[in-house]
Amino acid sequence: MIEPQPASSGATAAASRTLPSSPVAIGWRTRHLLDVDALDRYEIERCLDLAVEMRSLLQRRERLDILSEEIVGLAFAEASTRTRVSFEIAAATLGARVVELPMATSSVGKGESLADTLRTLERTGVSTIVLRHGASGAPYHATRSCGMRIVNAGDGLHGHPTQALLDALTLRDALGGLEGTSVAIVGDIGHSRVARSNLLLLTAMGARVRLSGPPAWTRGFERWPGVSVHHRLEDALDGADAVMALRVQLERNAAAGVPSLAEYTARWGLDDARLRSARAGAPLLHPGPTNEGVEITAQLAGSERSVIGRQVSNGVAIRMAVLALLAP
Amino acid sequence: MSRFGSLADAPVRLRIVGARVVDPANGTDGVGDLAVSDGIFVDPLELPADAPRVDASGLLAIPALCDLHAHLREPGGEDAETIESGTRAAAHGGYATVCAMPNTEPPLDEPERVRALLERAKGAACRVRVVAAATRGRAGTELPDLGALADLGVTAVSDDGSAVADAKVARALMLYLAPLGLRLVEHAEDPSLAAGTLMRSGAVATRLGLPGWPSSAELSVVERDIALAAETGASVHFTHLSTAGALDAVRRARERGLPITCDVTPHHLSMTDAWVAGDRLFAWDEPVGVAADAFAAPLDPALAYDGACRVNPPLPSREDALALLAGLEDGTLDAIATDHAPHPAQRKAVEFASAAPGMIGLETALAVGLAAVASGRVSLARLVQAMATRPADLVGERRSLAPGAIADLALVDPRATWRVEPATLASRSANTPLLGRELTGVVRLTLAGGRITYLDDAIALG
Repeated sequence: MIEPQPASSGATAAASRTLPSSPVAIGWRTRHLLDVDALDRYEIERCLDLAVEMRSLLQRRERLDILSEEIVGLAFAEASTRTRVSFEIAAATLGARVVELPMATSSVGKGESLADTLRTLERTGVSTIVLRHGASGAPYHATRSCGMRIVNAGDGLHGHPTQALLDALTLRDALGGLEGTSVAIVGDIGHSRVARSNLLLLTAMGARVRLSGPPAWTRGFERWPGVSVHHRLEDALDGADAVMALRVQLERNAAAGVPSLAEYTARWGLDDARLRSARAGAPLLHPGPTNEGVEITAQLAGSERSVIGRQVSNGVAIRMAVLALLAP
Repeated sequence: MSRFGSLADAPVRLRIVGARVVDPANGTDGVGDLAVSDGIFVDPLELPADAPRVDASGLLAIPALCDLHAHLREPGGEDAETIESGTRAAAHGGYATVCAMPNTEPPLDEPERVRALLERAKGAACRVRVVAAATRGRAGTELPDLGALADLGVTAVSDDGSAVADAKVARALMLYLAPLGLRLVEHAEDPSLAAGTLMRSGAVATRLGLPGWPSSAELSVVERDIALAAETGASVHFTHLSTAGALDAVRRARERGLPITCDVTPHHLSMTDAWVAGDRLFAWDEPVGVAADAFAAPLDPALAYDGACRVNPPLPSREDALALLAGLEDGTLDAIATDHAPHPAQRKAVEFASAAPGMIGLETALAVGLAAVASGRVSLARLVQAMATRPADLVGERRSLAPGAIADLALVDPRATWRVEPATLASRSANTPLLGRELTGVVRLTLAGGRITYLDDAIALG
């Protein structure tokens, strides 16, 4: 087995003292977290294990100083509350200095390119960028534009790796493991970066994924190994070990693939009665924020099945684990 | 590199000895000598013994190439290319003729602008023919003064960059073009189906979260234009065809005897949608990585979402690329046209969605074509026919290496390699996913009308 490497700095040594069983000294092979495809199964497990330790650390209201040399820049070119705040808390709890970069109102809006903005930030001493961007692939472009470490906090329709990791942690807590389970994901798969990263991660961990939603929103995923597409919601839910609802974008027009929200809710909306065909006690996930009464009823979102609140609290622990595993 | 000449130079006398001469117009392929004098090919026996000679053993002698589709960017886009740099790129690539597309700023929709461009191109490194705009301002609503444009000798009309989207406008245009003998060069793409898309629809697009361009965007316009051509008698040329379905539609239309022609770009023959995910295997290579397993293979951060791979129509599926190679070999595709689309680096080094569509091609087309030949999917004779003989026919030139014919010639070392780099390109731009790659096939000499327009250092004129 892999032995923890000897701590090479005071900061890492301090962390090792705080977390004696932690493999924190063994980083990932990847320098950036662009998507979960760069992680093997062992690296994913290691992240989830470390997040469990981070979770108890958070419960004890303790802090670490393993990132005390780091300046983490939060570059959110799209609105976000929970992801941004959880990254901010995660970085600060690990001892990093955190700066918020007001992308939407900054020079990015004045025609300065993302690459120019990143190169400027690099000169100010920022070492890690947590990037949320509306263009699929923007974090890949970012790694080619500057020397900073890039953590993808959501890019266009493409990926949201920390969301997939926190979903995996939430699922592992509820199910005990992911191997051999079947997870139903319902809604607008095609426009969902959450769904894409989850598909990569869940199939890598040996889970089967069933997708259901209007044809325009599930088209193209039929050939993904380990994934099945079901037009009828009932077929996707039947015996599923866990169910994930995705947020429906309320502003979508007819060409986007669904005649009306009412029609969507009537066919794919999740409620208590429909969830009964899933395995008894199957947890219900949602990346938030929910449109209650559209993709999910308020009653279901607040029910015992719902692990939506745990997803949020796991988000901080996962982002701590990610930042620790990427640390130099 | 070497030196460039122009059409304004004096014609040379030259004896080319021992090349493999491939001349589809005369159905010949064999080792022999060529002689050039006063702008035309002459019988080698007629050339004085003291005429300069080129030892061309091991080299290919082919008719100089003719590009039906290049963006020279002048006027308005001189930061990306000019007539001078673009025609030098052409000469470097073995071309004696390029057709300049009209989506300049302002567009080439008025006779005066066309006249000015032709005037500026007089001392260029290759012949420049003009494809004029098919509608005023390329806005798709009103027809320009097509008769006056025809009188100036424009080779065709096109709203390239977009289709003539309105069917009624397209019909009126074709009715007017038919008796003028002017061809419509159609960029076949339904704008509503293509709106908002960034790459070819398919497994790679699904993986990357980039909105997919459906094949129906191309096929629907091709089918419409075939119907309109049948009604109006106009000739329609589909440029940069990129789908197997559209190719089949053209094949069927030609079987009905309709005057339909088409071309394909080097990149649609050789690159695939997997290139957007970072793959760099040619379409004829055995797929591995993302090309073999779009959903699970890890993306390469150094290459994924490279703006250099954004092009319109988007890079095809491997199946479509192989169908296009088959269509090239069977003759359905008349020509390989580069759609040389230079852009300054800063318009490509951005997020994929913000990258300007298009890639350069004049200097890499022949090497890519030779790679297709090496793959066994295309014969050398067909390649030369599609890059030189047939496109020249379509613009009213004749490419032949027989005595008496205009001396348009490219001399190519088919085994020499070169690296695609800004320093090895004559173009002002370097936007191609082939950048940094070693290609096989080096143009050593280009003649246009018996003038040396490009001469490589490796050639000694003895």
